[in-house]
Amino acid sequence: MSKSSEASAKQAGRKKISLNDTNLLMLITIVVFVVMYLGAMLILKSGFLKPQAFFNLFNDNASLIILSCGMSLVMITGGIDISVGGVTTLVCMCCAVYLDRQGGNVAMSALIALGIGLAFGLVQGFLVAYLEIQPFIVTLAGMFFAKGMTTIVNSEPFNVAHEGFVALKNTRVSVPGMGTVNKLGEYVNAYVEIGVLVALVVVVVMFCMLRWTKFGRNFYAVGGNNQSALMLGINVKRTKFMSHLLCGLLAGVGGFVYFLHVGSCAPSHAAGAEMNAIASSIIGGTLLTGGVGNIVGTMFGVLSLSTIKNIVSSAGFGEAWWTGITTAAMLCLFLIIQSVVMGIRKKRQLGVKG
Amino acid sequence: MGTNTVKKSNEGSLLMRITRNQLFIPLAALVLLLLFNLILDPSSFRITMDHNSAGNPVLSGFLINILDNGSELAILAIGMTLVTAASGGQDISVGAAIAISGSVLLRVLCGSNTRPDTLQAPIIVAFLVACVVAMLFGAFNGVLVAVFKIQPMVATLILYTAGRSIASWVNNNELPIIGEPSFGYFGNFIPGIPIPTPVFIAIACMILIWLVLKFTNLRLYTQSVGINENSSRLNGLNPTFIKILAFVILGLCVGVTGLIKVSRLSTINYGVIAKDIEMDAILAVALGGNALSGGKFNMAASVVGAYVIQCLTTTLYKFNVRSDALPAYKAVVVILLVVLSAPIVREKLSALTSKAGRKEAA
Repeated sequence: MSKSSEASAKQAGRKKISLNDTNLLMLITIVVFVVMYLGAMLILKSGFLKPQAFFNLFNDNASLIILSCGMSLVMITGGIDISVGGVTTLVCMCCAVYLDRQGGNVAMSALIALGIGLAFGLVQGFLVAYLEIQPFIVTLAGMFFAKGMTTIVNSEPFNVAHEGFVALKNTRVSVPGMGTVNKLGEYVNAYVEIGVLVALVVVVVMFCMLRWTKFGRNFYAVGGNNQSALMLGINVKRTKFMSHLLCGLLAGVGGFVYFLHVGSCAPSHAAGAEMNAIASSIIGGTLLTGGVGNIVGTMFGVLSLSTIKNIVSSAGFGEAWWTGITTAAMLCLFLIIQSVVMGIRKKRQLGVKG
Repeated sequence: MGTNTVKKSNEGSLLMRITRNQLFIPLAALVLLLLFNLILDPSSFRITMDHNSAGNPVLSGFLINILDNGSELAILAIGMTLVTAASGGQDISVGAAIAISGSVLLRVLCGSNTRPDTLQAPIIVAFLVACVVAMLFGAFNGVLVAVFKIQPMVATLILYTAGRSIASWVNNNELPIIGEPSFGYFGNFIPGIPIPTPVFIAIACMILIWLVLKFTNLRLYTQSVGINENSSRLNGLNPTFIKILAFVILGLCVGVTGLIKVSRLSTINYGVIAKDIEMDAILAVALGGNALSGGKFNMAASVVGAYVIQCLTTTLYKFNVRSDALPAYKAVVVILLVVLSAPIVREKLSALTSKAGRKEAA
């Protein structure tokens, strides 16, 4: 897909340069992910050869993929939202308390999750877009608020025993043809959880929106250059507001998917999720300066980040600190690649123009 | 930001001039918070002379508590202001860097033994080594930002992710404890002096940065790089060097803060030490009315901002707010302050007041 769009970008000339950059950065990420995974399969073997290991990447990271999609959207418009981790924790706690202590039903809890996310997006979007306060400060306060509210709602971790919820949590969608024979000699199908389907739907919808709708393209225009977007007649304030609103909504969805995956609640859940989401977006080729980014790249960013963690822990570096250091090293590597690639491109463009 | 808004009318009234001063918002917030305390609990301003466990006379009380615990934040705010002004971004790795420098400090003091009977090196040597390490990490951030042109927040995300892991790796994941009492002087009290030592350290740092800003071109150069990098380069400045310098100065601040933090407890907990302090330091800069997008800065306002945040924290603790619920209240206050100091809101407010004034005159 990227090749064909690159070709069309060449035809369209300078108009599509930002999309072209996006594809290049995304391509790097996908190649690195594939190489890394194949390398792990060849050298480490053990867990990586099973198809289920691959699907577990999705099972474990479905919520992170959704959060990162929202994060990418905000980053494309040139902002940032560091409240997504806090919102995830809050959603988790509120749904758990509602289901277990109040005896509510599952559909209602999903609505609560969406409502919380939407409320955060609404307030933060208003403050950022219409009062022009720096997004970092606003969403930082949002994160603090969400984390504090979580412990005010309830500070004791517990497992949710609600029947309907547990049934939904254990629902598995089997992937045909990708099974393995287990130790007992039975054929077991590989499976994914429901959250993964949600995540895939989110990725596809967001990708289509950003690529083909006017609404989605406005995000790139606003992030690329505020002033010229304004002169083109784009409602910059509303676009920024919508990006935060959508990010908040996705944080709510991501929070519910996370809740569905872990089935418990604790104030320490999803700690550092915002930084993981930012890191995934960056690895996937989104630039914090805005105007460049791709949802598919973001998804591969999440997968790469998770794969490197798996590789490190299964290669025998069990100590906790290795995970942090390798994640950081990978982030550093990608940032430098991006910086160098973009530098070369800028020079070449200047050369062509001059 | 308030000072550089164009004055629409030359009313020149004293009230206008005061409210437009950059120090107004943080100082007003501080006064409001203190008044709030005074009304709810008049006894909170009493400063008493107690004796601590070592039998030394020490001052204690609400105000002393704020001054004492706010020292680290004030020192960090100094460095963070420079970084913000020069690079137009923030360093989110200071908490992790404090963990590293504290860990290095303990490693040098303890050697390979985690429970040393005698210190393996003089404290000053360990402190200098920790400072150099912190400055090196600052330079690493600075190079990423200035040479590779990565946005500061993203560049420092690297150290944020790795910092605490590196800190525990430095000490092989063990928690050294220093028994030597003289090491505790930096974070607590020197025998015979009733005022906490961190207050002195913070004041020393403030005087130092005041002298530096007064007698060198640092302020001018930093601001010009922050306002327009290209034109300052064309005017013969070296933006790359100045940005790296700002990060190195922040590294020095981190080293000093690391000493205080580790000295307070004579030990270290890699996951918890200086947790979320980066957020508080950035808030201090923002509360001081400095634009987070770089350019002009007011150091005094940032430092006052740091004490405002500490005052808020201490106040909340005093009213028995649980430490994990604290952020929610903090967030509400911060949002209120930021909304009030937002240029758009201020303009609308001043338009309202001037309209009212005109009506009265008519």
